[in-house]
Amino acid sequence: MTTTPAPKPAAAGGRAGMKKELPEKFKSYKHVWVFIELERGHVHPVSWELMGEGRKLADKLGVQLAGVVLGGAGEDTRNAVQECYAYGADVAYLVESPVLADYRNEPYTRCMTELVNKFQPEILLLGATTLGRDLAGSVATTLATGLTADCTELAVDADGSLAATRPTFGGSLLCTIYTLNFRPQMATVRPRVFSLPERQDGKSGPVIEYDFKMIEDEIVTKLLQFIPDRDSNKSNLAYADVVVAGGLGLGSAENYQLVKDLAKALGAEWGGSRPLVQRGWIPADRQIGQTGKTIRPKLYIAAGISGAIQHRVGVEGADLILAINTDKNAPIMDFAHIGLITDAVRFLPALAKEVRQRIAPNTRSRLVG
Amino acid sequence: MHIVVCIKQVPDSAQIRVHPVTNTIMRQGVPTIINPYDLFAIEAALRLRDKHGGKVTVLTMGPPMAEDSLRRALTYGVDRAVLLTDRAFAGSDTLATSYALSQAIIKIGQTYEPVDIVFTGKQTIDGDTAQVGPGIAKRLDLHQLTYVSGINEVNLEGKTITVERRAEGGVQVLKSNLPCLITMLEGTNEIRRGSIDVALAAARAEIVTWSAAAAGVAEMGKCGLKGSPTVVKRVFAPSPRAEKAKIIDIGGLTPDAVAAKTLDEIFGRLPTIEKELTAMAQS
Ligand SMILES: Cc1cc2nc3c(=O)[nH]c(=O)nc-3n(C[C@H](O)[C@H](O)[C@H](O)COP(=O)(O)OP(=O)(O)OC[C@H]3O[C@@H](n4cnc5c(N)ncnc54)[C@H](O)[C@@H]3O)c2cc1C
Repeated sequence: MTTTPAPKPAAAGGRAGMKKELPEKFKSYKHVWVFIELERGHVHPVSWELMGEGRKLADKLGVQLAGVVLGGAGEDTRNAVQECYAYGADVAYLVESPVLADYRNEPYTRCMTELVNKFQPEILLLGATTLGRDLAGSVATTLATGLTADCTELAVDADGSLAATRPTFGGSLLCTIYTLNFRPQMATVRPRVFSLPERQDGKSGPVIEYDFKMIEDEIVTKLLQFIPDRDSNKSNLAYADVVVAGGLGLGSAENYQLVKDLAKALGAEWGGSRPLVQRGWIPADRQIGQTGKTIRPKLYIAAGISGAIQHRVGVEGADLILAINTDKNAPIMDFAHIGLITDAVRFLPALAKEVRQRIAPNTRSRLVG
Repeated sequence: MHIVVCIKQVPDSAQIRVHPVTNTIMRQGVPTIINPYDLFAIEAALRLRDKHGGKVTVLTMGPPMAEDSLRRALTYGVDRAVLLTDRAFAGSDTLATSYALSQAIIKIGQTYEPVDIVFTGKQTIDGDTAQVGPGIAKRLDLHQLTYVSGINEVNLEGKTITVERRAEGGVQVLKSNLPCLITMLEGTNEIRRGSIDVALAAARAEIVTWSAAAAGVAEMGKCGLKGSPTVVKRVFAPSPRAEKAKIIDIGGLTPDAVAAKTLDEIFGRLPTIEKELTAMAQS
């Protein structure tokens, strides 16, 4: 046992040299699968993001890419299958059953496990959403295979193994994890870690339908009610084009208002580093980073944020990062595109004013509450 | 009713330091805490016990020093604490961890009272996987209720439970059967302060300590490195971007002038953004 409870990396030394000895029964496992998260009629965009990444893995391995759609019978499920092809799938697996109409762990785990055992994929990817994590943990345990959570990078290495990279030690470092001797190799990835691949209309392909025999009487857990979120003030950080964020460098909760002001001028979403949530300056759903939201805006403005790795992994996908920091050696300068070495508290109002003058004379953004 | 809460001792995250040269974690002197998410599970368990009677047992797998966290849990008023500790568990990934814990939970059920509910936190702050809870549920064939934000009702006679579960875009109200496993969402309650009496008792309380053998772990091949299908190949620090950040020279300029210069730079690199923002502002 390790002395800190992060046993995996400590084990790295002992097992780094471990070889792949894939048991005979797994040698027939082929193809890359992406679980298509369909809930209440909508596919979570993370599924398409994974499809883009799955395409690269499948091409590298010279195998097919499949989307796996589970749901109640109907239009939504069929649409999801069509979309699979538009986002790059070669083939789609489809299971329609009334017991799959709403997500519940029991039928989904059973169905996914049956599909894997029957069709034998070598890689299975799921979104690291509440649904995806709930399902992935059960499926991996049932199949007694490896599962790597919250990956930030997926690759295929020389011997064809999936190399899944994720933060470790509470995010202070990254590590690359393999599932050498078990199949499928499973991984979850958070929304927005990968970019959305381009849609290609008019594509289609074979649909493999699977007859799932479970009936409602066999399922213990019943869904009594679904209460949709009403909070319209909820952030849309993950999918915003422009995000302005603040960190401890702002000095006080009052100064955080400057971030909101600039966000408003830009029609942007606002967020911040974790300590701001801990201090109650901003709500938890505005936290950006490893334990908050992963974002992929075109423009990210970070004011008074040091750029610790836990923050970095959440923002690296931005096209353009502007860092405003008094310290030219702050870690954020290692991954920002533009740096401003100045006091954010003094500078943010000037920037907001300039933005208003240039792009948004006399308008109020509808995006910012 | 008998509730088992699985907790984990984790490094107090803010203070983790990494050796700048060797990239290894510097363990010395890093204080440890109970995984913050687990506190919500402890409190949820205590509330159920207060309402329905019964016992709460906390369980952790870890090195001998994880005893500190169990003692801490006792100060909140849990009834007993079990430490599962054995070198054979070293290097466990989530699959192996869920196996060891599930075996200990079986043993707890046999030694004390049958278990009605197993609680865990949503995830840990160091591993962050949220996989151990679902793993235990599957190993023990318990009904799995993850990301639970509230427990509406427990019916001990009918052996049913109704909970609210956080899902994408809303909350599911689910009714299931006991025994079940619940992973508790953060912010769902506030951990109580134990009384002085309880704290004093906690300091003296016996911590039940089990090795793999004592916990009746059936298959050692499912433990530790041997039982872990995942293999860590490489641990590394992220590298800086190849191209360095362009530092805007602000020498002698007023904030307004710097702002203009900054926007020029941004729009120069992202011409489409300027158009989009302008269009949006005017619509
Ligand atoms: C398990 C774990 C998970 C975590 N998850 C996250 C996460 O999801 N997101 C996250 O953000 N963090 C996360 N953290 C915390 C992270 O490690 C850092 O502590 C945090 O990001 C630092 O926040 P900060 O940059 O706002 O504050 P600080 O580190 O205090 O940095 C403040 C910065 O502001 C600069 N500054 C000071 N005054 C001014 C001024 N007047 N104008 C401009 N700049 C100024 C300073 O030079 C400094 O660079 C996590 C940590 C752990 C251990």
